[in-house]
Amino acid sequence: MELLVSVALGVLTASGVYLILRPTTFSVVLGLTLLSYAVNGLIFFGGRLKAGAPPLSVPGLTNQTDPLPQALVLTAIVIGFGMTAYLLAVALKAKSESGTDHVDAGETR
Amino acid sequence: MMAHLPFLPVLIPLVAAVLLLMAAKADIDVKRGISAIAVGILVTAALTQLIVADDGTVRVYRLGDWPAPYGIVLVLDRLAALMVALTSVLAMPVFLAATSGTDARGPHFHAFLQFQLMGLNGAFLTGDLFNLFVFFEILLLASYGLLVHGGGLQRARAGIAYVVLNLSGSALFLIALGLLYGLLGTLNMADFGVALQKVAPEDQGVVAVMCALLVTVFLLKAAVLPIGFWLPQVYTAATLPVAALFVIMTKVGVYALLRVTTIGLMAAPFTADLLQPWLTWLALGTIAVGAMGMLAASSLGMVVANLVLVSGGTLLLAVAEPGAQSIAAALYYLVQTTLVTAALFLLADALARQRGDAEDQLAAGPPLQNYTFLGLLFLVFGVAACGAPPLSGFIGKIMVMQAMEGSVHPALIWTALILSGFVAALVLARAASVFFWEPGAPGIVDKPSVAYVPAPGLMLAMILLTVGIVAVSAAAAPVAAYTRAAAEQILARDAYVSAVIGDPAAVQREKRP
Repeated sequence: MELLVSVALGVLTASGVYLILRPTTFSVVLGLTLLSYAVNGLIFFGGRLKAGAPPLSVPGLTNQTDPLPQALVLTAIVIGFGMTAYLLAVALKAKSESGTDHVDAGETR
Repeated sequence: MMAHLPFLPVLIPLVAAVLLLMAAKADIDVKRGISAIAVGILVTAALTQLIVADDGTVRVYRLGDWPAPYGIVLVLDRLAALMVALTSVLAMPVFLAATSGTDARGPHFHAFLQFQLMGLNGAFLTGDLFNLFVFFEILLLASYGLLVHGGGLQRARAGIAYVVLNLSGSALFLIALGLLYGLLGTLNMADFGVALQKVAPEDQGVVAVMCALLVTVFLLKAAVLPIGFWLPQVYTAATLPVAALFVIMTKVGVYALLRVTTIGLMAAPFTADLLQPWLTWLALGTIAVGAMGMLAASSLGMVVANLVLVSGGTLLLAVAEPGAQSIAAALYYLVQTTLVTAALFLLADALARQRGDAEDQLAAGPPLQNYTFLGLLFLVFGVAACGAPPLSGFIGKIMVMQAMEGSVHPALIWTALILSGFVAALVLARAASVFFWEPGAPGIVDKPSVAYVPAPGLMLAMILLTVGIVAVSAAAAPVAAYTRAAAEQILARDAYVSAVIGDPAAVQREKRP
């Protein structure tokens, strides 16, 4: 299970970094999204991998999981979502003004 | 009211920003009014904090009254009070300068300004690492809005680069926080240091790497050499009053580095020397790149943006050197350099307004109308910026140089500091001669002189900053005593820890899986 999760996060991160380095803003946005999936997963699994354990302290229940990473990941998801939306808005604005999706659009050469 | 004092610098701008969003369709004068009142109250609250914090107690504000380290706390000590006061005082001239026209170019300038102030103050006051991330995001999101304020392709392009860079930085921040929480079981800053001391030897490697990642994120914000090239382009793309506000944003990185180092990294032997010796070299490199950038700059805005790089490098030199003396010097230098570079950005704005298409380019333009006044301001700001006596730049640089006496390479560091001052003097003198002595040189500019539009807000803003710079120079002794006390306070970790979480041994720990 640990291996599977690590590989999944690694593939997401690698794809994200590759896409961020692409020259079109659309790829960059996709790359940032993949990277933020990887990061959110990492925070979540930072609370340890545990199946069938509630994030609650219930009397008599011995098997529970750490609730804080779940709260942290929720915050991170919301912030990442907002930031990505904003980035898309700026990218669209740049595209409408320069007519191209290239990250260096309109640069004087 | 006094019990809630630490929270006010976050609350006031938040309330104002919400009001401003609701009044989005209102007249610009209404928005200016709301913003002015909020900045006025904020400055009062921040200065009160500055005085209150000087008694040396670490005040802890527990949000929702949750006990630390489980809940989020705001912590008011001298360092936090100093940074909040600096931010709030800087907000006044930025606000005034923006009211001279640039704030009317988009509907939400004042809302963004208030959100930015909220994020900055929150980042300075918070005592929790994840909350620091959240406040970073608030100030960044506001800064994205302020950066593209005014429109235009150049701003949109700079905006994309800036947003992508900071989103990547945020991803690194979250990776560090996620794994640090997983390994240490805490994100409270006071508890972070305590937890670092208890890390099992087999985990020390991972924890050190995550701390290094955290430091990297702060260095990205502080614009240090290999990851600082974003700064000049972003600062010059923004409208100049916004650039003046952005000056404080690099200082957030320096502040966060200072805070996390003193409260956390220095607590445990395996992370205590994480910053040395490479931070000194990176800081020296930043100074060199900034100085070269100043020489190559073609506009006053670009000169000042590179000056921000140089002053950031100078600050980090002092932060990299352990001890109260160097931290005190760094804090004094931080206060004065923030005021001076912001003042220069505003002056560039005042010059650009009169020069038509020549803007703030270092090329001959139309003659200036009120050149005596602007020339005197240029002299004051320039003297302070290049570190010549008698103004604050000189005092700050002397303090940093004295603190560096015991470092590994004092000669090298002194040379870098003096040379960068010379370069600044050279470049600013050349700029002044272009702006004030050779206006309308034949064959270069044949455009008629631009109609002079008085900008009372901008002039008042520059006078305020001049007063601030002279005050920091004349009252150097009390200011330096305050920064010295702030440095000693953040180095006294135990007082901070016991104020926030009480006795670390008595804290109830959950069983880690």
